[in-house]
Amino acid sequence: MGKFIFDGTEFERFNSETVLDTLLRNRQNVPFSCKNGVCQTCMMRALEGDIPVEAQKGLKNTLLAQNYFLPCCCKPDGELVIESAQDAEIYGRCVIISKTLLSSEICRIELKPANDLYYHAGQFINLRRRDGLVRSYSLASVPKVDDFLELHVKRMENGQMSSWLLNEAGIGTELDIQGPNGGCFYVPGNATQPLLLIGTGTGLAPLLGIIRDALMSGHRGDIYLYHGARKPDGLYLQNHLQIMSERHHNFHYTASLSGRDVPTGHIEGRADDIALARHTRLNGFGVYLCGDPLMVNSSKRLAYLAGAAMDDIHTDPYEMKDLRTVNRDVVSNANCA
Amino acid sequence: MTDILFEKIGGEAAMDAAVDLFYRKVLSDDSINHFFGDTDMGAQRAKQKAFLTMACGGPNNYSGKDMRVAHAPLVKKGLGEEHFNAVAGHLNATLQELGVAPDLIDQVMAIAASTHDDVLNL
Repeated sequence: MGKFIFDGTEFERFNSETVLDTLLRNRQNVPFSCKNGVCQTCMMRALEGDIPVEAQKGLKNTLLAQNYFLPCCCKPDGELVIESAQDAEIYGRCVIISKTLLSSEICRIELKPANDLYYHAGQFINLRRRDGLVRSYSLASVPKVDDFLELHVKRMENGQMSSWLLNEAGIGTELDIQGPNGGCFYVPGNATQPLLLIGTGTGLAPLLGIIRDALMSGHRGDIYLYHGARKPDGLYLQNHLQIMSERHHNFHYTASLSGRDVPTGHIEGRADDIALARHTRLNGFGVYLCGDPLMVNSSKRLAYLAGAAMDDIHTDPYEMKDLRTVNRDVVSNANCA
Repeated sequence: MTDILFEKIGGEAAMDAAVDLFYRKVLSDDSINHFFGDTDMGAQRAKQKAFLTMACGGPNNYSGKDMRVAHAPLVKKGLGEEHFNAVAGHLNATLQELGVAPDLIDQVMAIAASTHDDVLNL
């Protein structure tokens, strides 16, 4: 048992619980989504006490300097005094300026932020509706050329935010925006490095941003994109990507379908299986993996085993909102060998 | 004496070369890779490097107690003699691949063996 004070109230934390678990058990109405240190939706600020390093992983320096941390990854040793995040420091305003259907299930949305956002193509933002509902979306736009933020939103089954964005939100709808977050982006300075990008579903969005960023930065090494979906409808932007691959001799695009009854003319199989079977030696490659977390994690391991350096593997796992009330069974990491 | 061993093997630079060879062997070995969750491979790799540095006589903060506490959850999951030996085998093979002299490898393996009881919580 340990205790902490949140917004003036004391809470008893079981040793197995994170700070977020304790707050949710006590029915505190705090924002959260992935419960896995990825989305940053639950961010809070510590006023007193020591924050464990794992609770600050991936946070920007400006936020670290103000003692922000992620309660979903926080099991503190001592007592903590914490408060809800200061809204103005975290969230800005933005407005929807364009909406286009890319397929029956996927919508392209352009946002105009009230203040310029300094980001890299491929990073992600958190979008908050007026009632407090928050979801993460990756950026397909490139800051140098696009004066808007581009998101690809897929309608999720029972997805509150995605259904609302596709059906109800319109041009002029205002939203709050937090970010940019994440380290999955093009790193200039190695223009001849071969790049392997694997995305499932709307994991294509950050990859598209990264590829456009690379090509505009004069990348000369080969760029291999593998995009996978279950149904033909999921292979959105196929024509656009084919035209891009005709224009840029070093950009190679492969789309595949993993569902049942694949229509003729399509490549059958999972994008990661096809990509990693074709590229068996990844020494010197830059690798980008976005979409389904299971695909991202297994491909990361396989890419490393195929010779890619750890620092050259960039990932953007699409963690869904974790609505379980019991603790996530965290895979315990072995210490040393 | 152990400091001299670490320098003879090649110091920090040799650890950088060794860690990827070693961690890839461990991850590829189906008899032990389930003990290494692949959720945070960056942190895992850093731990492997700390272990290699310790085994090669380099600067480290390991204590027997840390070893026990760190491995206790794995022992509960069935970590035993054969797994310890498998990791030791990968360590040996890694050093051989890097061209480390046999007498130095013997010294490293002796340090690794000295962690046996703490790792297996005996």
